[in-house]
Amino acid sequence: MNSPAPVKNRPPQPAKQLYEQSKTVHNKRIDGPFRRFKWAIMVLTLGIYYITPWIRWDRGPYAPDQAVLIDLAHRRFYMFGIEIWPHEFYFVAGLLIMAGIGLFLVTSAVGRAWCGYSCPQTVWTDLFQHIDRFIDGDRNARMRLDKAPWGPKKIARRLLKWAIYLVIAFWTGGAWIMYFADAPTLVREFWAGEAAPAAYITVAVLTLTTFVLGGFMREQVCIYMCPWPRIQTALMDEKSLLVTYKDWRGEKRGSLKKAEKNPELYGDCIDCNLCVAVCPTGWDIRKGPDISCITCGLCIDACDKVMKDVNRPRGLIDYATLEDCEAERAGEPARSPMKAIMRPRTLIYFGIWAAIGFALLFALGTRSHTDLSVSPDRNPPFMLLSDGSIRNAYTLRLRNMESRPRDMRVAIVDLPGAVMWSDTIAAENAAPAQTFTVPADQTLTVRAYVSAPADTLPGDFAFTLTSLDEQGESDRTETSFNAPGAE
Amino acid sequence: MAEKRIDEPTGTETVGHEWDGIEELDTPMPRWWIYTFYATIVWSIGFVIAYPAIPGLKQASEGLLGWSSRGQLAEEMSAADQARLSVREALAVMPIERLPADPELMAQAVSGGSAAFKVNCVQCHGSGAAGSQTLGYPNLNDDDWLWGGDLKAIEFTITNGIRQPDHPGSRVGAMPAFAGAFSSEQLDDLAGHVLSLSGKAEPNAEGAQIFSENCALCHGPTGEGSRTLGAPRLNDAIWLRGGTREDIIAQVTNPKLGAMPAWGERLDPVTIKMLAAYVHSLGGGEDTPSPIAPDDAETAPPEQDAQTPAQ
Repeated sequence: MNSPAPVKNRPPQPAKQLYEQSKTVHNKRIDGPFRRFKWAIMVLTLGIYYITPWIRWDRGPYAPDQAVLIDLAHRRFYMFGIEIWPHEFYFVAGLLIMAGIGLFLVTSAVGRAWCGYSCPQTVWTDLFQHIDRFIDGDRNARMRLDKAPWGPKKIARRLLKWAIYLVIAFWTGGAWIMYFADAPTLVREFWAGEAAPAAYITVAVLTLTTFVLGGFMREQVCIYMCPWPRIQTALMDEKSLLVTYKDWRGEKRGSLKKAEKNPELYGDCIDCNLCVAVCPTGWDIRKGPDISCITCGLCIDACDKVMKDVNRPRGLIDYATLEDCEAERAGEPARSPMKAIMRPRTLIYFGIWAAIGFALLFALGTRSHTDLSVSPDRNPPFMLLSDGSIRNAYTLRLRNMESRPRDMRVAIVDLPGAVMWSDTIAAENAAPAQTFTVPADQTLTVRAYVSAPADTLPGDFAFTLTSLDEQGESDRTETSFNAPGAE
Repeated sequence: MAEKRIDEPTGTETVGHEWDGIEELDTPMPRWWIYTFYATIVWSIGFVIAYPAIPGLKQASEGLLGWSSRGQLAEEMSAADQARLSVREALAVMPIERLPADPELMAQAVSGGSAAFKVNCVQCHGSGAAGSQTLGYPNLNDDDWLWGGDLKAIEFTITNGIRQPDHPGSRVGAMPAFAGAFSSEQLDDLAGHVLSLSGKAEPNAEGAQIFSENCALCHGPTGEGSRTLGAPRLNDAIWLRGGTREDIIAQVTNPKLGAMPAWGERLDPVTIKMLAAYVHSLGGGEDTPSPIAPDDAETAPPEQDAQTPAQ
């Protein structure tokens, strides 16, 4: 939709419109510390996203060698030296809680820093806006092209731009599925048409969403779709950092010429509109904080540059807390924004966040790589054998979380005279303890038969599991022995 | 009364309501939003045409795609059958006594047999295959077999059934009714001797005499039974129809003889193989091949004190 440059004071709409046309934001190129910070974050986050699945990590012959892999088919999650099984899902839950508290922490300290720098929507929008600039030129050229009638040149430009969008979108969707299977194999299968339908569907959906959300929806996602800005408004207080236009210093706005004539009448803002022109969401920060402001700091870069050009002090637009703004307005000198970060609320969030992190690390470091679970047969609960002894059947699950096969010894304790055999060990070889070889990285299900002398009374006993290697890990599981004496 | 006004800072009209000083702005929606809404309406119309949606008196409209949940189920069932086809084909050509050599196929057969057992066998043998002593259905979990406990014998028993007069190949074995043949003292002595075979009573000469004259032919001189005749082993701890003196006397005077249908007439050979594998896997299965020779299988003297084999 063609539109004029975002105006500084939008007049009340003449006739009541039920629906608002979205105005394409053509943000102007700007350089400065925040822009460079955004570049760094973009390279870092996109780099992590695209490259991570290709990092290899040797885990021996029995486990995949992909550093980060969510193996849904085998229900394993690999992350470098860590391997998570489904029963350890609390690690994932813990990480999600940490991510949640981390957002609280970041929001209470530096406001919407997540929105401004590292949200995928922001990063991809930024990337796509750079493509716009690369193909169509900077703000003014893009606005001219938008207004220009459709002709071969415009069509060619648009097709080229959309093709590049599509390539990036496809690459984004393609990178996602690499986390769920061995990346090199999957790439080959994908192009050979042999990959699972889910892979093609996932790539198609993510290509479409990246293409639409990054290429066209952009700031509309932040303003209308995303719940996070709304939640953040509740998380912020007067001590949170916001990108703020210091109106007491800037007002009344006026051009340089006017200000030279009547210096006492005008403030520092020369009304150049550069802060609006560089804004990736098209917001005018001078109107105050708003959901549209993702606090990326590009207007700070723009304003600092202008202030330097006109020999006025930097920081007319700056990160500041509401509290500091009040103080400054009252004439106190500006405080460093760093002070806003160190305050009890932030430190408490950090404390909780770090405590959960340490608890997870502790749990990870001390977890056992073996486990024995026992479920007794309930139907029939016990069985008389021809020699009069009583047999119970159990399903044992021997878990081996090491990526090598291990011999494990299962023994009966507290059940005098009892012997066991299994579906693979014949009854002739029945003994009070048996050794099983549990395959690497698997849970071995054993159907175990335990027989006890005829006069055995029903009661509790236990199975113990010991790994027959240098680790000697063990587990003990209580269960019960059923016998006719129960009635 | 609702009073609309233009909100000063935003320049947007309010909706006109006010709650304790809180007003709501009538902010216009973005246009793409309403287009999305229209798109969902168009989608729903297409959906109604493509899928069964419009209710009728007897059934809903059919939908251009011809989809139905019943049809989808049929497709999935036939796909599942297709997937199982390779297992069934492999089982069809595999002689059952060679099944243990292929643990993977054995596991698949056991799993298929478990499903078939639930449909065809649990009515008598029970869902845990524990049988019923009151009704005389054998327990299939234990190590006591009337007709043989190796894979081949189980397969034969399932295929041909037990005591089926209409099926020539079925397992046959009969026990005469001794009602009136003995006095009650003699019956008591006999029951005492039968119990003594497994150490549950003191031996007595009178009972032993009656046993060797009337019973040992089928049940064997020491009560070891005969799998050829389906004569139960009497010197163990397992009793098909109860192990009390009264139970034994009742069975001697007026024996009840169990029967099982010849499943070969109803089930295909592959399903029967799977059933045999499942029953064999319940814990009492014997090694194949094992010649049906009760005489050399259980020649050990009756155990006087029930002990586990390992001791």
